[in-house]
Amino acid sequence: MRVGVFICWCGSNIKNMVDVEKVAKEAEKMPRVVYSQDVQYLCSEVGQADISKAIDEHKLDRIVIGACSPRMHESTFQQLLESKGLNPYYVEIANIREQCSWVHTDKDKATVKATELVKKAVAKSYHAIPLTSDLLKVNKKALVIGGGIAGIQAALDIADAGYPVDLVEQKPSIGGRMAQFDKTFPTLDCSACILTPKMVEAATHENITLYTYSEVENVAGYVGNFKVKIKQKAKSVKQDICNGCGDCMEKCPKKVANEFDEGNSKRKAIYTLFPQAVPNKPVIDRDNCIYYKTGKCGLCEKICPTKAIDYNQEDEIVENEYGAIIAATGFDIKDPQDLSEYYYGNHPDVITSLELERQLNASGPTSGKVIRPSNGKTPEKIVFVQCVGSRDRNKGNAYCSKVCCLYTAKHTLLLNEKFPETESYVFNIDVRTGGKGYEEFYERARHKGAKYLRGQVSKVEPLGDADNKLLVRGYDSSIGEQVEIEADLVVLATSIEPKVGSSKIAGLLGLSSDSDGFFSEAHPKLKPVETQAQGIYLAGVCQGPKDIPEAVSQASGASAKAIILFNKGEVKSVPTTAMVNEEICSGCMQCKPVCPYEAISREYVTERVAGKEVKRPVASINRALCQGCGACAGLCRSGAMDIGGFTSKQIMAEVDTL
Amino acid sequence: MIEQNFEPKIVAFCCNWCSYAGADLAGTGRLKYPENVRIIRVPCSSRVEVQMIMRAFQNGADGVMVAGCHPGDCHYDTGNYHTRRRMMLLQSLTSFLGMDPDRFIVKWISGNEAAKFKSTVEEFNETLKKLGPADKVRDQRCGI
Repeated sequence: MRVGVFICWCGSNIKNMVDVEKVAKEAEKMPRVVYSQDVQYLCSEVGQADISKAIDEHKLDRIVIGACSPRMHESTFQQLLESKGLNPYYVEIANIREQCSWVHTDKDKATVKATELVKKAVAKSYHAIPLTSDLLKVNKKALVIGGGIAGIQAALDIADAGYPVDLVEQKPSIGGRMAQFDKTFPTLDCSACILTPKMVEAATHENITLYTYSEVENVAGYVGNFKVKIKQKAKSVKQDICNGCGDCMEKCPKKVANEFDEGNSKRKAIYTLFPQAVPNKPVIDRDNCIYYKTGKCGLCEKICPTKAIDYNQEDEIVENEYGAIIAATGFDIKDPQDLSEYYYGNHPDVITSLELERQLNASGPTSGKVIRPSNGKTPEKIVFVQCVGSRDRNKGNAYCSKVCCLYTAKHTLLLNEKFPETESYVFNIDVRTGGKGYEEFYERARHKGAKYLRGQVSKVEPLGDADNKLLVRGYDSSIGEQVEIEADLVVLATSIEPKVGSSKIAGLLGLSSDSDGFFSEAHPKLKPVETQAQGIYLAGVCQGPKDIPEAVSQASGASAKAIILFNKGEVKSVPTTAMVNEEICSGCMQCKPVCPYEAISREYVTERVAGKEVKRPVASINRALCQGCGACAGLCRSGAMDIGGFTSKQIMAEVDTL
Repeated sequence: MIEQNFEPKIVAFCCNWCSYAGADLAGTGRLKYPENVRIIRVPCSSRVEVQMIMRAFQNGADGVMVAGCHPGDCHYDTGNYHTRRRMMLLQSLTSFLGMDPDRFIVKWISGNEAAKFKSTVEEFNETLKKLGPADKVRDQRCGI
């Protein structure tokens, strides 16, 4: 065995805190190390060439790298070894950057620690075993969860590349949040005008199947071979027979709050989500329908000209197989009722930005007029409050919701255009306008008369006058004074939050979430659409607040990843799977119930014992299913079970270098 | 007798997906913590065998930490539930052996909890400093 050790400077990142030359010298003294060198940048082409040269000159067969985290560059070095004809699992990495030079302040101690980490890696490398992966076929069909603009874009891109896509949406129509918007910043394009053609395209695309009013129930399998159960909730209207005439919705006697208008209008119990819904056929909301509550009514059934109403329809579970999954589950808005200083919920004229957006929308509850909900009159003074629940850890979320500054500028512009007599005041911490044309857009809003006050609102309270006005108290730091504004309408830019129920999706897909509940990407810089679960990608606000162009680009990125997977047609299985030493295994099968992938089964080996052939049970691993967690190996009493890359011998060798 | 300036040795078995990533993030964020922790990367906290922990104590560790994803957040769905059960058993065994149970800790540290990683190591280090060297199961041939 001939071990080569390479210590990276990482420019000054490691060198400033660790004496790399000394570590390299110390490494030379370690058993079986025949070559040791320090290199400025190991991951660079020059660094790689150095390793390559040393492998040839010194006939190295184990490589130990002292550099950044193996989570960063392990695959880089594995590829290098592969190109040199060595097994990629003959490389071992000592993490002397993230877990040494960056976290310590004493150079001598850090150097000692780095040397010990290298020693640990060298010891582990003695026991490295060659590992290979199998090629697994990929099922060339994608599942997109969430039918908002991100989900629609992802589905369209994959479908255009020629692969079938299933698009699952829990509401009765696709369109998502963007369908609720009136105009989009910074172009003031009509939201529906740019969204609805895409919705129709998705519905009519030959490669896309829509599952509206549906939810993902269960996900099993692995990259290339996911098995997914989708629950199609009973729509109670036969979708193939219904012609979408809408008579039923007109006749239905039951009115409930319309969630699409943020509860500011009524819809019927049999309804379509909005006039341009896709598919544009109604469903019965069973929680509110009189028929389901009392057994009486049945008006819709009587009126329906095509006899499409079916009260006895049942939920249907379909099971499909996919190669890739894109999560695009979107967002919800924080309920500002928790923040009592804004008086939301106690006065009708304190509304959220989304409610104002619906008011501005021509097909919204007020047909495009902006009114004070208390008296229906046009407001004269409007106060916009930014960062409601955002950027304040104590009152909601620590993060910036990213889009509020711009949509508020949009609201002031739209108000100025439609109702020039209104005055807009915007309380803000600061205005964030990162994005193409955004700063200019904000400037335009100010130029048109929106008054920006830098400071936060401390209290909103009723003035108690005949007009039922609101008194907004706040602080304007630019003049350093408390200000009070008598407002007709207060609009709260409430924080964006992960969709309610997204943690369930995370559980089903095996995704991790960040501390705010948004899904975590595989790498914040270089893998922003991948997740740690192979074959599952992210699009849109489910990963973090973003505006429409960002959501759309991420969706296209996610779909490109799926298309790459489908084009390849094969994936390499995880090489670091469990292995059974059949000679030791007693076939107790304690390992079977702890395996989360059902990859372990009982097999029989035939042996000759005392001249007789006997069959003996042993555990057997399905390498395509095994993901290499090691729950089985951690538990195996006889030590028959091991994990490639993390064998007991390897880990024990590490422990022994203490 | 607790010797002056005693620096405990800590071995931390960290799951690749959460705690190891959390330790990496502590590095990226340049958070500082004591040098005397040695991290051993494992695919999942459930990979850790009891004998690995005992061997660490034998070889001179003054404290051992097993760190994984938060229960319910396991990259492999259920691994950390097994860890929790196994390690609870081991915890009671350490006291049975006459070791201070505080020398062996199990922590849930996610990939974005860099600060928690730092504070966990710092607190553990302080605890061990007070407890002094662990020689109950130490192999004296180690010469430590």
